Amino acid sequence: MPEPTSSASEPVLAAAGLCKTYGALAAVDDVSLQVRPGEIVGLVGPNGAGKTTIINMILGVLQPTAGAIRIDGCDLAKARSRALARTNFAAVYAPLPGNLSVEQNLRVFGMIYGVKNLTARIDALIEAYDLGRHRRAKTGVLSSGEQTRVALAKAMLNSPRLLLLDEPTASIDPSTARDIRGHITDFARRTQAGVLWTSHNMYEVTEVCDRVLFLSRGKVLLSGAPAQLIAEHGSANLEDLFIAVAHQHPATGEGAE
Amino acid sequence: MNMRLARVAAIVLRQFYLLRGSPVRLLPMVAWVAIDIVLWGFISRYLDQVTGPRANFTASLLGAVLLWDFLSRVMQGTTTAFFEDVWSRNFLNLFATPLRISEYLAGLVATGVCTSLLGLVAMLSLATSVFGLSFLAYGLALAPFLLVLFVTGIALGILGTAIVLRFGPASEWLIWPIPSLLSPFVGVFYPLATLPAWMRMIGHAMAPSYVFEGMRTIVAGGPAPWGQLAIGMGLAGLYLVLACLTFAAVYRHAIRTGLVARYSAETAS
Repeated sequence: MPEPTSSASEPVLAAAGLCKTYGALAAVDDVSLQVRPGEIVGLVGPNGAGKTTIINMILGVLQPTAGAIRIDGCDLAKARSRALARTNFAAVYAPLPGNLSVEQNLRVFGMIYGVKNLTARIDALIEAYDLGRHRRAKTGVLSSGEQTRVALAKAMLNSPRLLLLDEPTASIDPSTARDIRGHITDFARRTQAGVLWTSHNMYEVTEVCDRVLFLSRGKVLLSGAPAQLIAEHGSANLEDLFIAVAHQHPATGEGAE
Repeated sequence: MNMRLARVAAIVLRQFYLLRGSPVRLLPMVAWVAIDIVLWGFISRYLDQVTGPRANFTASLLGAVLLWDFLSRVMQGTTTAFFEDVWSRNFLNLFATPLRISEYLAGLVATGVCTSLLGLVAMLSLATSVFGLSFLAYGLALAPFLLVLFVTGIALGILGTAIVLRFGPASEWLIWPIPSLLSPFVGVFYPLATLPAWMRMIGHAMAPSYVFEGMRTIVAGGPAPWGQLAIGMGLAGLYLVLACLTFAAVYRHAIRTGLVARYSAETAS
């Protein structure tokens, strides 16, 4: 587990003035956000709003046009490897290699993240995510729900200080989704890790997230606790608020996601 | 260079798991070189029969095939390891980790070394046992020849991966013929003096040329051409540095444009 370099009150993620432009198109336009220890922050918005672009910039696979990102006190631009050792992620569009078994995938990525006592860690995660039956199965033959659990087990390998989840419960059944939400919430509270969570499921966001950022056309339109936002805007629930905001600020259809 | 061996080992381990899980992947590593050795072995034997043993075609032709196949296998071992990540759309998983690009390349190269050594053992066994080519009789004197080809193969492999990273999976077909495209210029089977002037100039800029010229000198009973081999080694080292710089530049471009995040057969262009 990487030793935290920030103090307990310092954010595990501090992104300031993030911009990403492709020619004339601003996929992300001056977004600043913070995730504090133990906090789960939801990043929501219509397709093309810039959510995945922000996640990719925080993961270091997309260079911002402007802005700075600090992960657990490490400047991503200056100490990329150190910063990413404190991070991990799961995304529905980034499946693990299907031609390796569950255990092999966890071992390879565990070595990359420099996980100590790796065998014991793999055993614990396989048990926690109920993957015992599939331990030696090729990841590619598992159902989408099982693959999601493998991806989450991979994301937990290094006990990250910052966990990035891009639609982690997309295409899985409600029961498994509830279990996964429980796992993530428990992880954040127990380890004081920060979680940045994108989802189109507003029920899920309301249940799990301490704070929500509404994005549209690469800008943050609203920010606050789910209950606070619902009350402030007189909506029945977060989904109604989402629809109202999306209608007021329709997507251009040119998003980079 | 701050390189973590565990991360390099992880890249190699991934390839080992693939080979262990699907032993049929071993077949291309030895099958094609075996076919080459058998084909050229019989051609060499026939030429020795019709021209007499003085020409020693078994040593010069079969030796040349063996050395050239070694270079090709090193290159292909490196690029194939990279293609596994292309085919399984694994770039986002890999490059969103603490893995440094130098560690990733070192892992690919180490994989290329292991797989090419398998091919080399198969080639040497076949050439020695069936055609009596006593390559091992040259002992350590063979090492500099192999080293020049080895470093050149790695450089070509890294350059090939850079091309595919930059232009997408569809550019894979550009990579495989690279050794065949180079072979006429480096004089695998004939002295550089045979070539027209413009081809000879290109040949002199290529490291493997010095290996094959040197091999022919030794087969003809001349002294080991250490000076020529040193030039070849210098050129091979230069290629390696240039190939690494090219890969690093392509990787930076991929990070700037988001290509790494989007990289897949469907989206890369």
